[in-house]
Amino acid sequence: MKVKMLSRNPDDYVRETKLDIQRVPRNYDPTLHPFEVPREYVRALNATKLERVFAKPFLASLDGHRDGVNCLAKHPKSLTTVLSGACDGEVKIWNLTKRKCVRTIQAHEGFVRGICTRFCGTSFFTVGDDKTVKQWKMDGPGYGEEEEPLHTILGKTVYTGIDHHWKDPAFATCGQQVDIWDEQRTNPICSMNWGFDSISSVKFNPIETYLLGSCASDRNIVLYDMRQATPLKKVVLDMRTNTICWNPMEAFHFTAANEDYNLYTFDMRALDIPVMVHMDHVSAVLDVDYSPTGKEFVSASFDKSIRIFPVDKSRSREVYHTKRMQHVICVKWTSDSKYIMCGSDEMNIRLWKANASEKLGVLTSREKAANDYNQKLKEKFQYHPHVKRIARHRHLPKSIYSQIQEQRVMKEARRRKEMNRRKHSKPGSVPIVSERKKHVVAVVK
Amino acid sequence: METAPKPGRGGPPKEDKPQAKRKVAAWVEANAALGLGASDRARARGFRSGSGSGLPIGLGLRVRRKPQRYWEGEAPPAAAGASPGPPRKKARTREPRPPRSKSAHPAKKSRLRQKPRAPKDAPDPKRRPQRTLSGAQDPFPGPAPAPVEGARKFCRIDKSRTLPHSKPKTRSKLETAEAQEEEASVRAARAELLLTEEPGFLEGEDGEDTAKILQTDVVGAVDIASAAKHFDLNLRQFGPYRLNYSRTGRHLALGGRRGHVAALDWVTKKLMCEINVMEAVQDIHFLHSEALLAVAQNRWLYIYDNQGIELHCIRRCDRVTRLEFLPFHFLLATCSETGFLTYLDVSVGKIVTALNARAGRLSVMAQNPYNAVIHLGHSNGTVSLWSPAVKEPLAKILCHRGAVRAVAVDSTGTYMATSGLDHQLKIFDLRGTFQPLSARTLPQGAGHVAFSQRGLLAAGMGDVVNIWAGQGKASSPSLEQPYLTHRLSGRVHGLQFCPFEDVLGVGHSGGITSMLVPGSAEPNFDGLENNPYRSRKQRQEWEVKALLEKVPAELICLDPRALAEVDVVSLEQQKKERIERLGYDPDAKAPFQPKAKQKGRSSTASLVKRKKKVMDQEHRDKVRQSLEQQQQQKQETTKPPRARPSALDRFVR
Repeated sequence: MKVKMLSRNPDDYVRETKLDIQRVPRNYDPTLHPFEVPREYVRALNATKLERVFAKPFLASLDGHRDGVNCLAKHPKSLTTVLSGACDGEVKIWNLTKRKCVRTIQAHEGFVRGICTRFCGTSFFTVGDDKTVKQWKMDGPGYGEEEEPLHTILGKTVYTGIDHHWKDPAFATCGQQVDIWDEQRTNPICSMNWGFDSISSVKFNPIETYLLGSCASDRNIVLYDMRQATPLKKVVLDMRTNTICWNPMEAFHFTAANEDYNLYTFDMRALDIPVMVHMDHVSAVLDVDYSPTGKEFVSASFDKSIRIFPVDKSRSREVYHTKRMQHVICVKWTSDSKYIMCGSDEMNIRLWKANASEKLGVLTSREKAANDYNQKLKEKFQYHPHVKRIARHRHLPKSIYSQIQEQRVMKEARRRKEMNRRKHSKPGSVPIVSERKKHVVAVVK
Repeated sequence: METAPKPGRGGPPKEDKPQAKRKVAAWVEANAALGLGASDRARARGFRSGSGSGLPIGLGLRVRRKPQRYWEGEAPPAAAGASPGPPRKKARTREPRPPRSKSAHPAKKSRLRQKPRAPKDAPDPKRRPQRTLSGAQDPFPGPAPAPVEGARKFCRIDKSRTLPHSKPKTRSKLETAEAQEEEASVRAARAELLLTEEPGFLEGEDGEDTAKILQTDVVGAVDIASAAKHFDLNLRQFGPYRLNYSRTGRHLALGGRRGHVAALDWVTKKLMCEINVMEAVQDIHFLHSEALLAVAQNRWLYIYDNQGIELHCIRRCDRVTRLEFLPFHFLLATCSETGFLTYLDVSVGKIVTALNARAGRLSVMAQNPYNAVIHLGHSNGTVSLWSPAVKEPLAKILCHRGAVRAVAVDSTGTYMATSGLDHQLKIFDLRGTFQPLSARTLPQGAGHVAFSQRGLLAAGMGDVVNIWAGQGKASSPSLEQPYLTHRLSGRVHGLQFCPFEDVLGVGHSGGITSMLVPGSAEPNFDGLENNPYRSRKQRQEWEVKALLEKVPAELICLDPRALAEVDVVSLEQQKKERIERLGYDPDAKAPFQPKAKQKGRSSTASLVKRKKKVMDQEHRDKVRQSLEQQQQQKQETTKPPRARPSALDRFVR
C-alpha cells in the first residue's frame, strides 16, 4: 500500500512575525473561482457607481476681470501660466497653481479680440477693437519701467482674431481678410481673401505648419497655404462657423464649432462629408479646443455649459455646468491633458478636471492597479443596460433639460414629416440624406 | 548549427578572406577583454557548433562565426569555413583534452553545456542561444514553451466557434480580445508551476484492492499530523447527527437530532460552542463565515453565532428539513415539509422568494456550486432545478423509478449523483442533455451522497460508507469498483467532504466520524477566496469584499457565463424597431453606383450596362444561395426516420 495524505505545514501559510505581511497563496484554477462573470459584472457596476459618486470636476474659479472673458491662451512652455483677454481691453496673466493673477495689462481700448503666445513663450500678441496688433513681453516690466508693448502695429481695419505660427516668426490675423505677418515687419507679407465678409477666427495647423484655416460669417470655412498667395479651398455649411480647431495628432482633421448647435469634424482632403457630426449642445457653439492627445475635444456653448466629445463619437461624454456660469465664450484644454479652462460672460475663468472622477495627486501603485482594473471592467460591461444607464446619467440645469426635450420633439416631427413625404411620393424622389451630408452646402476649390 | 561546415579544407573564396580575418581578430579581442581563458573559449565554441553539425566534437572542422555583440541583432553567419589557420589549430589541439582545472566559471559552464542541447534536432532560428555581454549564453533561449494542455483549463473562449461577420473595427477588437484571452490562459497555466502542494493518493500494491484497506491501516501509514485528522466522536446520547464544514474547511458544526448543537475548530479540536436547543434539529449549516450558524429546528429556522448565542429566529421559514447556503449570493436556501423552497438573503435579512415546488414534502436538496441552481429530489423520482428568479423549475429530470433519496453535484457543475428508493445510484451529465452516464444497483441503496472537490463520490448505505474515484478532477467517478469503504458504528445520517483536507466527515447515530480519504481535496487553495489559515483581520477584510461583490439573486441561471454573451435577441429586436421608426434600414448595403470613368467610357449606355451587370450578378448569387438552401432542407427531410423516441431513452447508456 502506498499512501500520501495532503498535509500542509502551517509555517508555509502563516506569517512568521507580526511585522511581516500576510501570506496569500494564489491558485487561478477556474473551479476555485466560480461565478467569474457575475462577480465581475457586480464589480463593474460598483466601479461605475463610484465613478459617478466621485465625479467632482470643478476645481477653481479665477476672478478678477471686470468684464466678460473673451479669449484665452495657453503658455507653450509653462503649464501653470494662462493668459486671458477681457471685453474691456484688459489682459491678465494667471498662475494656476496659486490660482492668482500675476499681471494685469490694459492692452486695448474696447474688446481684446484675440490673444496668442509665441512658440518660445517669451512674448505674446493681442489684437483688439482699436485696430491694433500688440506684442508684449511675457515677463513683467522691471522696477520703474512702464508697462508698454514691444511692438504695436496700427492696422486699417478691426482685427477679430490672431494665431501664431508653430515654428516660424510669423503670425496670422483675420478681420476683413486673412493677413500673414512677419514679426519684424509692420506690413503683412500676404493678404488673402475669398468673398467680402468678416472672418471670425484663424488657426494654424500644428503639424503641417504652413496650413491654416479660417471661418467667416458668410457660413464658410476656408483653408489656406501660407506658401501660396491664394486660398486652397472652402466649404460652405448651413450656418456660420464660430471657430475651428485643428487636431494636434492628425494633420488633416479639424473640428468646427457651428451656430446650428453642432460641431463638425472634417477631413480637409474630403470636405464634402464631415467625418463626424457632434451634437448635444442646445445653443450655438462658441469655441472648441482639442486635448493634446487628439482623442477628445471640449466645446463651449452659448447654452451655459461645456461639453467633452470623443473625436469618433457623435454624442458628448461629459457636460459641465454651474449655477453661476453664464454663456461660455472661450475654452482651452491644458497641455498636460488633465484640465480644462473656460472663460465666460460673468467675468470668471473656471478650472475643471478633464476626467471628472479622477483623483488628483500622486497615486500609490495599488491605487493605480485598482484604477486600471476598474477601468477595464467598466469597458467590458459598458453595454449592459444598468451599467450604461448609471454611466450616462448627468444632472442638467432645467433650461438645458427642457430645451433638449423640445428639440427632440422637433427633430421627431421633422423626421416623421419626411417619412410621410417619402411614403406618398414616387419611390426615389425623396432620397435619404444622411445626417453628415445634410449640413454641407457646397465645396469650392 | 547556423552554417554548414565546409567539407574540404580548401581555403575560402579569396574575396572573403580579409573580412573574415578581421572578424576573427575582433572575436579574439572581445573574448580577451571579457577575461575568458583560451581553453574555455575553445570548449564553448566546440560544443556550440558541435551540437548542430552532428560531427564529433574534436574534429576541428569548426565553423567560426562572428560573435554576437549585444548591440547587434541577429548577424548573418560569417562565410563558411572562412577562418584562417592559427586560431583554428589552437582550437583543434585543445579540444579533445579533458577539461582541466575549471578556471573561469566551472559551475556555469557545465550547466550551459547541458541545457541548449535539448532542442538540437529542430534547429529553430528563434531558439538559437544568444551571447550576452558577459559572454554567458542564455540557457533557455527564445520564448518559453506554451503549456498547451494546461492552458485548456483556463481557456474561457470557445475557439471552435468562428468570429461573427462584423465590421472591420469590431472584428479587430474581437480579435485583440481573443488574443489577450489566450495569452492570459497561457500565463495562468505557466503560473501553475508555482503551486506548492501535491494531491494525496492511495495505491494498492500489485493487484491489491484499495477498498479492502482499513482506516486503521491508512492511519498507521500516514504521518502524525494527518493521522490526527482521523477521529471518532462517540455521542450516542443525542443521536443521529448532521454535520457541516465551513467554506475554508477549518470549522465543523454538528447538530444531533435530539437538540445537541456544537461548533468546533476540528483541526485544533478547539470547541467554539456547545448548546442544547431543546428541540429536534433537522439540519445545520454555516453561513458565509464560521461566525454564523443556521440551524433548522423542529418549528423554525434559527441563526446562532459562534458563541452559541441565538441571533435570529426566522419564523417565515418553518418546518425546514434541509439547508443550503449559496456563498456568492448570500442566500440561504431552505426546503420545508410544507413543500416550499425559500431563499433568505442573509446579508439584508429578507426573504427573496418562496417557491412552491408542488411536490409534497421536500427533504432532498443539493446546490450546484457552478451555477448556484438548487436541485430538489422528489418522491416521484424526479429531480427539479430551481432558480430564485423563475417561479417554475428550470428543468425536471426523471431519475429513478422510486423516490429520490439523495442528490449531490460536483464542484465543476458537470455531474450530478442521485440515489433512489429503487436502490440505484446514478450519475447524470448536467451539460445540457441531462443524460445518465453510469448507474449501479446497490444492495441497500444509498441514503446520502456527496462529492469531493476532486470529484470523488461518497455514498452512505446503512452503516457503510463507500467512496468511488474517477480518473481525475473533471472526470466522472467510475462506479465499478469502490476506492474506499468504511463501516461505522451507527447508521449514516450526514456526509460531507472537508474542503482542502483529505477528510470525509460522516454523521451517524453513534456520533461523528472523520475519515481519511487520500486524494479527495484540492491541495492548493486560493488565499483570496477560502484561506484555511486566514487571520481574523483577513477574514474581516474578505467579508467586506465578498459583501461588496454580492451577486444579485436574479442572475442565477443554468449558464453563469450567459452574462458575458451577446444578447442577440434584444439586439435584433432593437434593430427591427429602429428600421420601423426610421422607415428604412440605415445599415443596408447601398445599391451599386458605377463610378464615372474617363475617355468616354462613362456614356449613359455603358453606365447602365455596368449597373445591370452587377445587379445580375447579385441576383444570380441570391438564386444560387436559395437553391442550395432548398437542397439542404430536402436532404434533411429525406433522412431515414428514427424509431419513435421513448421516454426511457434517457436511461440508455
